[in-house]
Amino acid sequence: MYRYDEFDHAFVAARVAEFRDQVERRLAGEITEDQFRPLRLMNGVYLQLHAYMLRVAIPYGTLSSRQMRMLAHVARTYDKGYGHFTTRQNIQYNWPALSDMPAILDDLAKVEMHAIQTSGNCIRNVTADHFAGAAADEVADPRPYAEILRQWSSVHPEFSYLPRKFKIAVTGAERDRAAIQVHDIGLHLKRNEAGALGFAVYVGGGQGRTPMIAKKIRDFLPEQDLLAYTTAILRVYNLHGRRDNKYKARIKILVHETGTEELTAWVETEFAALKNTELKLPEADIRAIESYFALPDLSPRPEGWASLAAARKADAGFDAWVRRNVIDHKHPDYACVTISLKGIGEVPGDATDVQMDAVADIAEKYAFDEIRVSHEQNLILPHVARADLKAIYDSLNAIGFATANAGLVTDIIACPGLDYCALANARSIPVAQQISRRFASQERQEEIGDLKIKISGCINACGHHHVGHIGILGVEKKGAELYQITLGGSGDEHTSIGEIVGRGFGPEEITDAIETVVETYLAQRTNREETFLQAYRRLGTAPFKEALYGSEARAA
Amino acid sequence: MKILTANRLTDGEAVWLAADHSWVETIDAAEIARDKPAEERLEQAGRAAALRNEVIDVNLIDVDVRDGAIQPLRLRERIRAAGPTNRADLGKQARPGIASAA
Repeated sequence: MYRYDEFDHAFVAARVAEFRDQVERRLAGEITEDQFRPLRLMNGVYLQLHAYMLRVAIPYGTLSSRQMRMLAHVARTYDKGYGHFTTRQNIQYNWPALSDMPAILDDLAKVEMHAIQTSGNCIRNVTADHFAGAAADEVADPRPYAEILRQWSSVHPEFSYLPRKFKIAVTGAERDRAAIQVHDIGLHLKRNEAGALGFAVYVGGGQGRTPMIAKKIRDFLPEQDLLAYTTAILRVYNLHGRRDNKYKARIKILVHETGTEELTAWVETEFAALKNTELKLPEADIRAIESYFALPDLSPRPEGWASLAAARKADAGFDAWVRRNVIDHKHPDYACVTISLKGIGEVPGDATDVQMDAVADIAEKYAFDEIRVSHEQNLILPHVARADLKAIYDSLNAIGFATANAGLVTDIIACPGLDYCALANARSIPVAQQISRRFASQERQEEIGDLKIKISGCINACGHHHVGHIGILGVEKKGAELYQITLGGSGDEHTSIGEIVGRGFGPEEITDAIETVVETYLAQRTNREETFLQAYRRLGTAPFKEALYGSEARAA
Repeated sequence: MKILTANRLTDGEAVWLAADHSWVETIDAAEIARDKPAEERLEQAGRAAALRNEVIDVNLIDVDVRDGAIQPLRLRERIRAAGPTNRADLGKQARPGIASAA
């Protein structure tokens, strides 16, 4: 894992001291809220419905046990005993006092964490494939590049006042688990024919009120040109991005209004000027950062194959968990584990201080001290021996974190929604909980197979509803909550934006409607191997409309 | 009918303006404005409190009185007055005698 050097420590400490002074001056009435608001946002402090909210950055979703224990400590000491893992691989605390913020940030700094650039019109936390550095299908670990981007973008003087926020995601496998095509910049790390590492570069993706799929503007960018090319993109955006209208200020609108060809030409012109400057990454520096992310010492553990097979045979619950929550690792004796934060009827992404401490203990004991946060609001143990899977499962079971539903219908993404969020128009969490309870049966979930439901409580789409196989968008209509269903969205290497299927449903109707959609799929699929998304792409909306709206749909 | 709400500067707690112009932590003690001049008096008190750095995000909200209890018209405000609807142990509703929002 990356460890702060002297510069990083001094930088974060100075920033905490600066914010402490700003908070003190605000509390003393020396600066107004209008003056303070942009300062607190730059440090991840929002005001929500019930209290302040602090969003803490988890760079590319990677945590050590020590860091996870500190997150538990913050939840216990300054909050109400829990935290919420988000779709940007961060954690949010929903109840901290403003007066406690400097102390929280001091504590976080002790374990090399902070809340810098988790809000505001700057380059946000760079996200990555949550199986990075571990997955069997990976070309190379994308996190060293995410770390290089983090260092480069932290309080970058030119890019701290962009037209709007800016999100970068990186993946190192053909199978995109980081949703790079719905980010402002998406980077796909790959090798060219000569075996050199570089990136396919996507620009202008995003969700929100105007969902757009990113355009590929470079098929192969050599790794040493990463910062020069990213700077070129940001410079074009900073200069030409709209500042007159908040809703048209993201780079996706610039790409759309300019046209991909012309925008690419602007970027390439900037890049030509930057290519051979100090932004060219020295080979030695890339390799030095890379060394922080080296695989742990994975000694052979071949005994795991036999013991695992026996344990699966003896325990059906464990067998289901291995089937759903365990994927292949680069090393055949090892595996990657998804810890579901989606227990039946639970709040997606929430974890208590006790659960966080327990995950830290498990990671320390069995998983080389490494934990990841996925953008799907689960936790990951990226490196575990197959021989230890049963012990890990039993430990997770003891804290309610062994639900065998990764990728199934109850593995729902949901934003905090109107229960917490000042921007929301409708609740998300209770809808997720209702759907989860409706599909509680493991057998039924596995019969349905891979199905991603994603719920947002407003058009800003923090719950990624546009790329849900089934998306749910909560709106407010005549003072009541109404939920629109979209179908056919996907946030992988074949990204698509879901289509609105018809009129919305009230809070009491939405779970029935989702069940109707699922039952329609089961009735129409050619066989068990045809997933919901494949069936939808073959069938289109018609049978789902018919099932949901009947004669009303035919009349329309 | 309207009442004035805000969040306390120091800890973000949702608060409402009472008749004595103090900020109270539960909606039941909020002063109700039944006409335009009363609304303006509330707003003026809110602006003054914001200038004194007691509160932030000051807003007039629409309410009804049902069975003697103040009921905000918007769900958003009912949730602010009670707490998250998915956790009865959080927010104001965790205190004795405070109803949940939904």
